[in-house]
Parts: sequence; C-alpha cells; structure tokens
Amino acid sequence: MNQTPLLHLSRVSKAFGGLLAVNGLSLQVSQGYIYGLIGPNGAGKTTVFNLVTGVYPCTRGSIFLEGVDLTKLKPYRIARLGISRTFQTIRLFPNMTTREHVLIGQNFLSRSQLGSILPFWGTEEVTLENHAEEALRLLGLWEVRERKAVILPYGIQRKVEIARALAARPKLLLLDEPTAGMNVRETEDVLNALSKIHDFGITILVIEHDMRVVMGICDHIFVLNFGQMIAEGSPMEIRKDEQVLEAYLGREE
Amino acid sequence: MSSYQLDLLSNLGINILLALSVYCPMATGQLSVGNAGFMAIGAYVSAILSVHVHLPLFPSLIIGGIVAGVIGALVGFPALRLKGIFLAMATLGFGEIVRNFFMNFLTPMTGGAYGFRGIGNIPISISWIWGWVAFFLIFFYFLSRSRVGLAMMATHDDETVSELIGVHIVLLKVGAFGLGAFIAGVAGGLYAHYYLYIEPEFFNVWESIHMVLYVIMGGMLTFWGGVLGAGIFTVLPEFLRFLKDWRGAFFGMVIIALMIARPSGLITKEMMRISFWIPYRKGERA
Repeated sequence: MNQTPLLHLSRVSKAFGGLLAVNGLSLQVSQGYIYGLIGPNGAGKTTVFNLVTGVYPCTRGSIFLEGVDLTKLKPYRIARLGISRTFQTIRLFPNMTTREHVLIGQNFLSRSQLGSILPFWGTEEVTLENHAEEALRLLGLWEVRERKAVILPYGIQRKVEIARALAARPKLLLLDEPTAGMNVRETEDVLNALSKIHDFGITILVIEHDMRVVMGICDHIFVLNFGQMIAEGSPMEIRKDEQVLEAYLGREE
Repeated sequence: MSSYQLDLLSNLGINILLALSVYCPMATGQLSVGNAGFMAIGAYVSAILSVHVHLPLFPSLIIGGIVAGVIGALVGFPALRLKGIFLAMATLGFGEIVRNFFMNFLTPMTGGAYGFRGIGNIPISISWIWGWVAFFLIFFYFLSRSRVGLAMMATHDDETVSELIGVHIVLLKVGAFGLGAFIAGVAGGLYAHYYLYIEPEFFNVWESIHMVLYVIMGGMLTFWGGVLGAGIFTVLPEFLRFLKDWRGAFFGMVIIALMIARPSGLITKEMMRISFWIPYRKGERA
C-alpha cells in the first residue's frame, strides 16, 4: 500500500481578519475512495476547497498532494498537479458550448499548445478528442455538446461543470454541493455519474448537505464545525456521534 | 487605380491591423485604449531605422513591431492588476506618455512636433500593407480554432475559473497584450512608410478610441468583428460625402443606432459557427 496519502492537510488555518474560518485542520485522504465533507453553514467547508485549490493562501499549516507541497503554488499549478473542482454556485463560461467546456478542462494536458494552432495536428489531439467524448458521454451530455452551456437547464449545467473538472483527468475531484437545488431524478443522475467516476479510480471529496446522499455514497466522512474537525469516520460512526448530533440539532438543555 | 482609391485601400488595411491589435488583448478580457501609443512606437522606430540606419523596409518594420511588442508586454504586467474602465484609463495614460515622448525627445532625429519628414522617396506599395493583413488574418483564423484561442476565451469569460482549471492566465494576458502591441507597431511602421510623414499628433487618444470602436462595433467575440468594424469605419464615411456638412453627425448617429440594435457587435460567435463549423462536425465521425 502507498504510504503517502493522496491529500494531506497539516494543521491548516485560514483567518479572514479576526475570523478563523479554518482552525488547525488536519486530515488525510487516501486514493480511490469517496470522502464527504459536511458541517453546518459557515463551518468552513468551501474555505477548505479554496485553500486546497490555491484560491486563498493558508494563514498557517501546509497542504500536500502525494507528498508535494501545494501551499505556495498558484492555482493553475495545483490544477495541473491533479486537483479539479466544481463550484457551489455554478460557474460556466458564458460564451462556450458544452463541448468547449470539456476541451478547456483538458487544455493543459495538451503538450503542443501551439501545434494545436494547426488544426488537429498529430495523434495527441485525437486522443484528447476521444477523452472529451468519453467525459461527455459519461455525464450524458453528448446530445447537447454543441449547445451553449449557460442556456441549458440547471441540472445539466451542474453536469457540465463536473464534466469540465473530469476532463482534466484529475487524481482528486472536489465537488462543492453537486446536488444542490436538484430534483430527485437529477440527483440520481449525478450520483450515478459519481459512482462511474469513482470506478475510474478518481478520488472524490464532496461537500454535501443532503444527508441521504452523503450516507449513501461516502466511504468516509469529515465533519467540520467552526473551522475545526469535530468528527470523522464511516457513515455509521458519524450517524451515532454525539458531537455531530449536537452540532446539527443543538444541545438539549 | 486613382491615388484616392489607393489611399482608401491602404487606410483600410492599416485600420484592419489596428482593429486586430485591439481585438487581441480584448480576447483575453483586456481593454486597451493606448494602442495609438504602440502604433507610434512602431512608426517612429521603423522610420528612424530606415532613414538614419539605412535598414531595408522589412527589418525596420519587424524591429519597430518587436520594440512595440516588448514595451506592450512590459505594460501588460502592471495591467494585470487593473480591470475594465481602470485598465482603459491606465492605457490611455500610456498612449499620452508615448505621444509626449516623441513630441519632446529624440527631436534631432524625428523633428519632434514639426513632424518627421522624408521617410523614403516613394511610398511602399499597398501590397506590403495587404500582405501583413493577410498574414494576421490567417494567424487569427488558426489561433481562434486552437487550444490557445479556447484558453483566451476562457480567460475573457472568467479568470478565476480559468486559473483553477489550469490555464496560465498571466502568460496568456501578457502575451495577448504584447502581441496586440506588436501588431499596432507593424501597422505604425507601414503607416510611416506609406505616407512618408508622421508627427506625434497623429497618434493621439482619438486614434486609440477609433481602434476600440472598430472592435466594439464589429463584434468583440471573433476577430472578424474588428475587421468588419474597421471596414465600415473606413469606407462608410466616403459614401456619405453627399451629406456634406452633416456627414460627421450622420455617422455618429449610425454608431448610436448600431449600438442599440446590436449591442454585442455586428458579428457574433454564433454567426461564425453556422458559416464555419458545419464542415467540421468532428463528433459525427465517432
């Protein structure tokens, strides 16, 4: 077994002025599992994603991907090392089609950036096109590939975002509330896609509010409250944890 | 062809180059209102090289373009911190710095405010100008269908997300700014060697604003927009000569009407799709 964890947060803190959004958080993510990151509103879940992907610098502590220190790296470098993400509020490119979203997602995998100025130069571009098609089909977006992504229904836009992140062939996929605001069928669709992505061997860390989703798909769950980890473990363990129940439901006087 | 028609054609070619010089940074979301400054750098450097150093035309043009491009890339770095109207103001200031520089410095070589006379004896043929136009049109055609073009559009649409999916936005934005400056510099060199006379006043703010208007009128999302905008701005006033004194005012009204009718420009990306993408349905193959 591989000794270095895929993702390792070591006593990471993030302060916004006087507010400690993340406070001495340590966690480890091993390759090949689906992890859940849960907690009440304002617990610091999205901040953790922003720290891992380099949107914000850490105030203290370090973050490692397969032993490589990400703490000082720019976001585009971190993405190229194998971390992709989606956003809590959908962020698509207003001028791009669905297919173009997938192509831009895998863009940095193309070694001959200028070679691609000549149309469809060599075999690399063909391979990438095939990967793009795979990602589009996996998420059921093949039919809408030439449509502008921002005019598609909400549930499908979420899937475009996931396809864009997936196209980069990441080691670690960070999903920020992938089923928020979706109806039952759309949620099921996304969950099916997630289990297929998991079958590819991609590790997933997902922020989610829907407890049925979290309990259903996650192998391991981290619970945050006020920027600190209050519990971690299997869904069964989390369900019974006193502190988790207290954080979600409040203490009985 | 009459010299009137020749002048119109050469103007058209130079204006198309200037439109492309504004389109290039705009394709990565940067509005430059200082491209007359880069044009002036290209014009003066190439004119000095061919008059005082006796270099042939082609290397003079290239060096003029490169000097403008390098200065453009240097301006591009601080420009990274500015957006929208603030970047517009900063680049406008840059253009004024360049104009004042050529007004007051290097005057023994350039004549300063009196103008730079005697740049060669006969004007270059317009095939020089249109050769460069053809080169850059082919270049942008391939760029727009390449992965670099896609990354530029992503940067234009959402910088934060672009960076988070691995796009090196600093390189792209500085590169686009520098390339735009290079094109403006070449256009300036061609201008100097076609009209054989330049003065700092040619490269004022109004000239920069014109270039931006070409692109806004024609459409910002494809390079053909700038080409069409430059065409309309150059040719339409000539057809309006019968309006005599009302010509300028009428042209202003045309601009306002177009902005109301087609706020995102005459050519949109979808139009390019219909006409250019149908033979390229790669997906059907699989």
